[in-house]
This record gives sequence, C-alpha cells and structure tokens, in this order.
Amino acid sequence: MQDFEPKIVAFCCYYCAYSAADLAGSLRLQYPANIRVIEMPCSGKTDVRVLLEAFEKGADGVYVLGCMEGDCHFLKGNYRAKRRVKQAKKILDEIGIGGERLEMYNLSAAMGPRFAEIAQEFTERIKKLGPSPLNKNYPPPPKEGEGHKGNSTKAGEGE
Amino acid sequence: MIIAEAKPLAEVAGLINDAQKILVVGCGGCVTVCLAGGEKETGILAAALRMLRKKEGNPLETVEVTLTRQCDPEYVDMLAKYVTDDIDAIISLACGVGVQFLAERYPKWVVPALNTKFAGATIEHGVWEERCGLCGECILYKTGGICPVIRCSKSILNGPCGGSQNGKCEVNPETPCAWQLIYDRLKTLGKLDLLLEIQPPKDWSKSRDGGPRKVVREDVRLA
Ligand code: SF4
Ligand code: SF4
Repeated sequence: MQDFEPKIVAFCCYYCAYSAADLAGSLRLQYPANIRVIEMPCSGKTDVRVLLEAFEKGADGVYVLGCMEGDCHFLKGNYRAKRRVKQAKKILDEIGIGGERLEMYNLSAAMGPRFAEIAQEFTERIKKLGPSPLNKNYPPPPKEGEGHKGNSTKAGEGE
Repeated sequence: MIIAEAKPLAEVAGLINDAQKILVVGCGGCVTVCLAGGEKETGILAAALRMLRKKEGNPLETVEVTLTRQCDPEYVDMLAKYVTDDIDAIISLACGVGVQFLAERYPKWVVPALNTKFAGATIEHGVWEERCGLCGECILYKTGGICPVIRCSKSILNGPCGGSQNGKCEVNPETPCAWQLIYDRLKTLGKLDLLLEIQPPKDWSKSRDGGPRKVVREDVRLA
C-alpha cells in the first residue's frame, strides 16, 4: 500500500477553512496534493447525501471543515454540520466503508498552518486505512471527473 | 401525520440480495415531513445500497423516483413508466399504506424501507411524538384535548391510575401523566366537573376489530 495516494475531498466553509486555505497558500505552506477543496457558503450546507456521493464517486476520505464552535458566521451551521457528519459516519459504518474515513474539523480563518496540518493528518489517516473498499474491488476509472458508472437515474416528482 | 423511521440498512439490503436493478420510491407526504422517506432519504438509501453492493462485488443499479404521495392511485399510476421489465424489486420509502399500494398496483417484489410507527406530530425539529391511537371515535372533548387512549400508558378512561407521581407516569418517569395533564387542563378551563362523570367502557368496535376500517364520503365520490 506504499504508493497508495488517496483521493480526499475537503468541504470547506467559506468564512474559515477556505480563508485558512488561502492563508496557507500565501504562507507557502506545503500540504499533501491529495486534497480536493470544495468551497461551501457555510459548513451548515453539509448534506449527508453529498458526503455519500463523494465516496460513491471515488473518494477514499472526506472531511468537513467548519469554523470554531461558537464562531460560525451563521451562528449554528457548524453544529449542524457536526451532527450530519455523525449521521453520515453511521451510514458509512453500516455500508462497511467505515465512518473513520469521514471527519469534521474546526478551525478559524487565521489558522493557515492548522489547515495544512489537518490536510497532513487526515491524509496520513487515510493512507493507513488504505483505499476505500469501493475502490478496492473496482479501481476508480482513470479519468478525472468520471466517477462511478452513473447507474442511478434521478426522476423528480411523478409529473 | 404518520411517523416512520428507517429500517437498518442491512435489513433492507438483505431483502433485495438477488436483485440487479431496483426502483427506489420515495413519498412526498408524511414521511417527507418526518424526514424518513422523502426525496433526500430516497437518495441516501439508494446511494448507501449501491455502495454496499459495490463493496461486495455485486453491483446494484438503482432508479430513484419520489411520488407526491404513495397513498393515492393517481400518483402510484405515474410510477408505471419506471416499472420496466428489468426492475427486480421495488423499495418503498412510504408508510405501510404506500408499500401495499405499490404492491397491489405492480407485479413486483415490493419491500418496505421504513418501519411505520404512529400517528404523531413534531415536538421540536427532529423529535416526533405519538398523539392519537386512531381509535375510531374521538373522546378528546371529554378530556380537555389530551388523549388518554394513547398518552396514558394504560389507556384508562377514568384516571389517574394511582401510580402517578409528581405529574409523571409510573411506567416511565420521562412521560407526563396524561391524567395529570387532563386534570390541569380542565382546571384552567373551569370544567373539572367533567371528571365527576364516570366514563363507561369505550366502544372499541369502532377501533381495530372487524378488518380494515373504511371512511366513505358520498358527497365527493365520482361514481
Ligand atoms: S380519543 Fe381516539 S381518536 Fe381521539 S385522539 Fe385519542 S385515540 Fe385519537
Ligand atoms: S400514571 Fe398517569 S399516564 Fe401513567 S398509567 Fe397512570 S394514569 Fe396513565
């Protein structure tokens, strides 16, 4: 598993984590290239369905970054995110993917170094866990952005 | 409204082990409000089942549809175009009524994804509580609007039972004693004398006995 390079999706709150990522960049801090950052207006936008989708489309690990507890720009978004992450962890455990592949972290916009550290820590964790069981049986398609085979059809309300 | 909750994922997965392609049908009614079977939960269940099966090396194809309601034939009919020959099973995320309606209408293996719990209401976001036992003949006018059939652990009609302590039920100290609530309420209304009347046994023939109950409104029937 030595050359396993995990794919990790980081859902980042615009007001803290995203700014912290910016700061990490300005400070020229190094962090693993495994992280795909997705900006959210608030970690309160965290959606169990979307977290699962990240795994289904090939992520080996996913984390949500929200503001420090008590400091959410929208007051309670990060607490809500925390509960949804917990719920998604439970589902991942039930599926057998393992809830430990999903995590919620809190940091402030000033914590550029912490952003890099979290990226480092989490990448290490996922490297230790190895590829997601979904990627073990079925290596993810080589091309970027292709994801899973799209076997689900979504239809809205019955017209 | 009807309150339901998700069955464990493993149980649902076990019911459709042999299926290759399934139709996952949500309901836009009660179960959307209690966050058990709406469009979002349908998506989550479908994704979870796909991943579980992919992990087991036995991929599953899913089609997701959320009907406005599963307890009306018009909406259930709208599912027809999705019930193609290659669908091996239908999973319904409605209450038991929806599951039965789908099973009646379509010649497929239809399985419930939820456990239907009770007729209740939202106490706070994310908390639902039973409020009516669907007894068929409402007596709330005698009890200040508090239902002894369902909110008293013993369903007694001439309460309290004698085990009530500090306003709590002896069966579970978390539960307010329904008869204490009834007493307090009637007191505020100045109608305590209602409690002096002995309630005769309730006519339970209007409740569960005698097969499925039916409500008919002749004035709105079409035929
Ligand atoms: S008396 Fe019967 S109908 Fe009325 S709330 Fe209680 S169970 Fe429901
Ligand atoms: S304590 Fe009150 S609610 Fe509990 S069984 Fe007795 S009368 Fe009913």
